[in-house]
Amino acid sequence: MIKRHLPFATVAVIALVAAPLLLEPFRLGLLAKYLCYAIVALGIGLAWGQGGMLTLGQGVFFGLGGYSMAMYLKLNEAGPGGLPDFMVWSGVEKLPALWAPFASPVFAVGMAVLGPVLLAVLLGTLVFRQRVRGAYFAILTQALAAAMVILLVGQQGLTGGTNGMTNFFELFGQDLADDSTQRGLYLVVASVLGILYLATRQLVHSRYGRLLVAVRDGEDRVRFLGYDPALVKTVTFAASAGMAGLAGALFVPVVGIISPALLGVVPSLELVVAVAVGGRHALAGAVLGAVVMGYAKTAFSEQFADGWLYLQGALFILVMTLAPKGIVGVVGRLRRARTT
Amino acid sequence: MRISRPIVAALLALALAACGSGAEPAASSSEIKVGLLHSLSGTMAISEVTVRDAELLAIEEINKAGGVLGKKLVPVVEDGASDWPTFAEKATKLIRQDKVATVFGGWTSASRKAMLPVFERYKALLWYPVQYEGLESSPYIFYTGATTNQQIIPGLDYLKEQGKKKLFLVGSDYVFPRTANKIIKAYAAANGMEILGEEYTPLGHTEYSTLVNKVVQAKPDAVFNTLNGDSNVAFFKQLKSAGATAEAMPVLSVSIAEEEVTGIGVDNIAGHPVAWNYYQTTETPANEAFVKAYKAKYGANKVTSDPMEAGYNAVYLWAEAVKKAGSTDVAAVKKAAPGIALERPEGLVIIDGENQHMYKTARIGIIQPDGLIKQVWDSGKPIKPDPYLKGYPWAAGLAAGQ
Repeated sequence: MIKRHLPFATVAVIALVAAPLLLEPFRLGLLAKYLCYAIVALGIGLAWGQGGMLTLGQGVFFGLGGYSMAMYLKLNEAGPGGLPDFMVWSGVEKLPALWAPFASPVFAVGMAVLGPVLLAVLLGTLVFRQRVRGAYFAILTQALAAAMVILLVGQQGLTGGTNGMTNFFELFGQDLADDSTQRGLYLVVASVLGILYLATRQLVHSRYGRLLVAVRDGEDRVRFLGYDPALVKTVTFAASAGMAGLAGALFVPVVGIISPALLGVVPSLELVVAVAVGGRHALAGAVLGAVVMGYAKTAFSEQFADGWLYLQGALFILVMTLAPKGIVGVVGRLRRARTT
Repeated sequence: MRISRPIVAALLALALAACGSGAEPAASSSEIKVGLLHSLSGTMAISEVTVRDAELLAIEEINKAGGVLGKKLVPVVEDGASDWPTFAEKATKLIRQDKVATVFGGWTSASRKAMLPVFERYKALLWYPVQYEGLESSPYIFYTGATTNQQIIPGLDYLKEQGKKKLFLVGSDYVFPRTANKIIKAYAAANGMEILGEEYTPLGHTEYSTLVNKVVQAKPDAVFNTLNGDSNVAFFKQLKSAGATAEAMPVLSVSIAEEEVTGIGVDNIAGHPVAWNYYQTTETPANEAFVKAYKAKYGANKVTSDPMEAGYNAVYLWAEAVKKAGSTDVAAVKKAAPGIALERPEGLVIIDGENQHMYKTARIGIIQPDGLIKQVWDSGKPIKPDPYLKGYPWAAGLAAGQ
């Protein structure tokens, strides 16, 4: 029992104690950003790795969460009766009705999770009942991400358009420019990731988790056994959407901006790539992949400002050709080689 | 020994993060680090790389002439990747880790808006080199491109002088075109001009036959074009195939310079007017030297354009302010900057103390069959920057909330 939890405990100590002590505030902020992506990746690991649902549109849920949070922050700063800065440039004179409830932090944070969950339930119910799966499901989610970006860019007065929303000053009375606030945010993000990881692992190891894998590997057989695969998939998809939404809500105060560029097709794909690099069949692989790819992007672009994209691509190709099961697959193979 | 996966994972991640965090060695006392932050990848790279190159040229020239305060300038180049959050992240990195004295960077308004809170938070300096929509004056940004009263309003004055009364507005869907069009509509209302239509397309849009039909059927005297990037290629091609000519219906553009003309194809756009503060053909001694030096460094077939010149100027203006202040300290540089006047390729440029924009000469030019732009009108003297259009009674209300 202790042995089973030792690895997780070690990682937790490193993340919660060592990292804040060792890293400069700027690097800690970047790590917090990677961990936000890792939360999304965890959801992808669950939906894709375990459930076989290749979702190429997690950016949509991430964006819903991020925009909910950003709306609260903007309204909080504008004060009662005030308008967010971008509405002033965009010629909006009265606060749109859609915005009003987001003045409440409880509503905003609630919507950051519930919004994505409801959308995923709606989508899942429609799609999985019709037995849409595989490439068709992937294309559908990708189209959703593209549509979301067009919608956000087109409604400049409501969403800030291409610029998105930025220039946030405080969160729940804490000055966001302060290094100690940022450290606190990092600890929150790391803890949320840890809790979600444990919960997801519990879920995967439960009866439900086995059912999910069964649906992935033989949906029709599961149906003939009397289960409802559509329900299993919808619940999983909704859980992964909720995680992405929560990650989005955490991302906004950490990074200080939300814009359509963060939730379109490309960033959604990047996260799936990260999960593949880490190893999609293990939840730890998904989390690891997001952190490694996030770090690689920063490191490559700082070292080689002119050609870093090629390196990023090369890393992906290298991992996929040499280790189709991702980094975790390599580690597992090494371990097996040592024990035999 | 059994090492479990998560431990390996965590150690690896931390080790990676820790290597990255090794602070760069502090600039030695004989060097001054400056940051250059433009998109070197993504859709904006084609334009922004040229500005980066112009800034590198300025740094090289300044170093050749002995540097600033006897120290050499060392550029630290980062890629904004056409992605606004990346601009914010790299700006933070330049300020906090590289501890640069100042940053030259940005092109799109979105990238500037994303960087603004970073520069204000850390009280660092940004020099932004592109014409923009105004309604902003951050104490930590110097704006070396035109604000609206140095480009858009002179453009409208020119159209009015030419007797154009009915306008059609075409733009990309983001903050610059929308704000520009708000100003154009207010100007039109005050000057007896009529706006026949206002259309927006997403950035990167390339299907313009419907829109071109709408424009042609509305029969405007002129079109005011705030489309950005690739869209211009499709728009001008389809406009030409619809039979519209520059004589009957000139399209005045504010985001097309020498660099873009080549991409659009000279045949499609020759004869149409543009509004800027600088052209490669602008006749000043400083410009002759700039064009010659740029071609010598980057190739004889390269052109120079307004944003490149504004980026090139930014380095010189900052260096001048540092010399005057005797230090690279941000507060000292900000205090020394107002009133600095330099003869630049575009003519006399003066830093305005009130809003940290530049006095600039407005110029209207016509695109020539050889791809260069010939000036047909100028404001005669540098125009005082007025980002909130306080000096224009008809613009009252545009800057509401400021």
